[in-house]
Amino acid sequence: MTIMTYRQALHDTLRAEMLRDDNVFLMGEEIGVFEGSYKITAGLLKEFGEKRVRDTPIAEEGFAGAAIGAAMLGLRPVIEMMTINFSMLALDQIINHAAKIYGMFGGQASVPLVIRTPGGGGQQLGATHSQNIELFYAFVPGMKVVAPSNPADAKALLLAAIRDDDPVLFLENLALYNTKGEVPDDDTPAEIGRAAVTRPGRDLTLIGYSRMAHVAAEVAASLAETDGLDIEVVDLRSLRPLDRETIVASVRKTHAAVVLEDDWLTYGIGAEVAASISDGAFDYLDAPVRRVAMAEVPMPYSKTLETAALPSRDDVTAAIRQTLAAVGHRTAPLALGVPQS
Amino acid sequence: MIEIKMPRLSDTMEEGAISTWRKQPGDKVAVGDVLVEIETDKAVMEYEAYQAGTLAEILIPEGRNADIGAPIALLDDGAGSPAPAAPAAPTKTADPERSRPALVPDTDPATPSPAPAGSASPQPGASANGGANGSGRQIASPLVRKLVRENHLDVSQVTGTGPGGRIIRADIAGLLAAPASPQPPADAAAPVDPQTAPVDPQTAAGLPAAAPAVAAPPVADDVRGSREAPVSQVRRVIARRLAASARDIPHFYVTAVADAQALMDLRATLNAQLAEAGRAKISVNDLLIRACALALRAHPDVNVSYGGDDSGVVLIHDRINVGVAVAAESGLIVPVIRDADAKTVTQLGAESRQLVALAAERKLTPAQTSGGTFTISNLGMFGVEHFTAIINPPESAILAVGATAREPAVVGDSLEPRYRLRYTLSVDHRVIDGALAAKFLQTLTSLVEHPWMIIA
Repeated sequence: MTIMTYRQALHDTLRAEMLRDDNVFLMGEEIGVFEGSYKITAGLLKEFGEKRVRDTPIAEEGFAGAAIGAAMLGLRPVIEMMTINFSMLALDQIINHAAKIYGMFGGQASVPLVIRTPGGGGQQLGATHSQNIELFYAFVPGMKVVAPSNPADAKALLLAAIRDDDPVLFLENLALYNTKGEVPDDDTPAEIGRAAVTRPGRDLTLIGYSRMAHVAAEVAASLAETDGLDIEVVDLRSLRPLDRETIVASVRKTHAAVVLEDDWLTYGIGAEVAASISDGAFDYLDAPVRRVAMAEVPMPYSKTLETAALPSRDDVTAAIRQTLAAVGHRTAPLALGVPQS
Repeated sequence: MIEIKMPRLSDTMEEGAISTWRKQPGDKVAVGDVLVEIETDKAVMEYEAYQAGTLAEILIPEGRNADIGAPIALLDDGAGSPAPAAPAAPTKTADPERSRPALVPDTDPATPSPAPAGSASPQPGASANGGANGSGRQIASPLVRKLVRENHLDVSQVTGTGPGGRIIRADIAGLLAAPASPQPPADAAAPVDPQTAPVDPQTAAGLPAAAPAVAAPPVADDVRGSREAPVSQVRRVIARRLAASARDIPHFYVTAVADAQALMDLRATLNAQLAEAGRAKISVNDLLIRACALALRAHPDVNVSYGGDDSGVVLIHDRINVGVAVAAESGLIVPVIRDADAKTVTQLGAESRQLVALAAERKLTPAQTSGGTFTISNLGMFGVEHFTAIINPPESAILAVGATAREPAVVGDSLEPRYRLRYTLSVDHRVIDGALAAKFLQTLTSLVEHPWMIIA
């Protein structure tokens, strides 16, 4: 185990995979000379040379297409979309080509492509640069979408994504790059499509991914301290395939769920999770599934408004208290703030 | 027309009893007027009107109980409109799901979605209760519906306490004590076979979900010449909390005896001088409160709360708040003296006299009965030699104090009549071990035997 940042885990894993497999190469805007907008590829151009770390023009559709072609011919490209917002320029390449080639052509060619890209707001980057649109990709059969919430998963899921034969959208998050955590030293890839119960509990299931899985863990720990609540946290880790089994098993145990997402509520990932709970755990629910998501607005630039638009720890806590109140679990009254002991 | 609802007046309150109506139907009510006195689990409290009008109707008569949020009276504010469709109306205090601004646009919990496909399938009593939503359909969570089906329960008499009157699992816990199922069925992923898990309503009713089958609750009969007396709120809380403490906390007991001669001498001297100065006297208990506070300061590991098996934490309290068990007419109540280690014996005496008086009048506020970290229970005034007490959770120790009496004591090589004081510390073994308990008593005994140290 080594303690490192999410950023470092990504960097080290990319480098290790490039050392392990000569077919792995990187493409993207400003990833070489400038070493990446978020410095994930720092030092890699110097170490591996221009052939394997390629700066591209500002042409997402172009380099996505080039990467798909390279993947079809046996290479393992890892491309960086500077933010997920810019991946929309390459939607046709990703959705109509990368995701479909294997199925449309009878399995003659697979597309072992990794698209690394950070989502997330909270950095005052305005409405067009602060979105969480991983849903676009999670919606499409033929794609895989993974979303690590901590450095260990960043490593394990990136290993899995690079070694997977299908196109994988690898969702990073601006707010997580500097978070630290323990990272195992061995190279065991994660299983794509497997969620993790990161905190076992009995009172309620709190479900999130990426930044909101991180928030979920923090809120659960804090409510255990202040209110003695025993909250189970499920980190989805993979949005497609979605691990319905783990979600349902958890809710069958706790009888209540709150689903967290950084994207918009309507038609969001949380809606899919809630529907899965209804399918698999309807008879075990003691209260409606509650969702916490971003406000339904284009992300404001103003810091105050941006903070208000994003789901906060307080929003999560309030949703938990509301749900627990609905199942007759008395939580500490907010207004009084009297500690239980 | 405005509905007056049973308010939440304390943390632990679940229902309240109407003690006295201070306004009668037809009386004018101004904002701030005391409408009613409500008996909670802790005290009798006055409840003031938040709106002006005329009291139209009393829905809950004196002596009767109502759940938090249940309408207790109607106030005519002149608007004239009929009362809102009552039973399902959510209230500010009882229904946070509705009153707090939800970030997510939720469907109205009072009108839950599509009727389940099996609404015509056998569900004993599922439509009998009138239905909280006015549609005649009894609202129950999917989990409750499943448990009702599997265990052949009759929930027609169950009142739903979830949002909009929804019956939730907690409401049927008492019905679920199926003798043949080793686990509470609610947690069993595998369905309980109703054939092999018969529910005998006689034995199952009223038992908590996890309780093993026990004899039916006693009923009044001629053989014993018994009659039924209502159980007060205070008594119900005592019953619940102390049963939980005795059941869940592994108690052990450490008894010590102190030579209290010096303590009695000091008290006599002090009281003579206090009386001369026209000040209030102090009691042995006042000295003991301070002695315990000092001993807790010396042994902070006793001033703790066990956080529960899954929390992984012990709460170590920096403040020393000593509860004093008071035998009020209505039952045991434990007012708490906060920061007892920072107060003088005369301050402690004045404060405890005030709290005891408030307890007798049942006027203690929730703040005055919460936040304790240690409790003293003194039955010395009844001549008890010594006894053991049940810990008052979430505290971890309680001191049971016997009488201070003159008895033969060995002093040097001779027998002398001396004041002696016995006390027993009940301890939560999950957080405190025997040696620590013994050291705490050693410190306490040393203080009692060198009482100047108590007031120094």
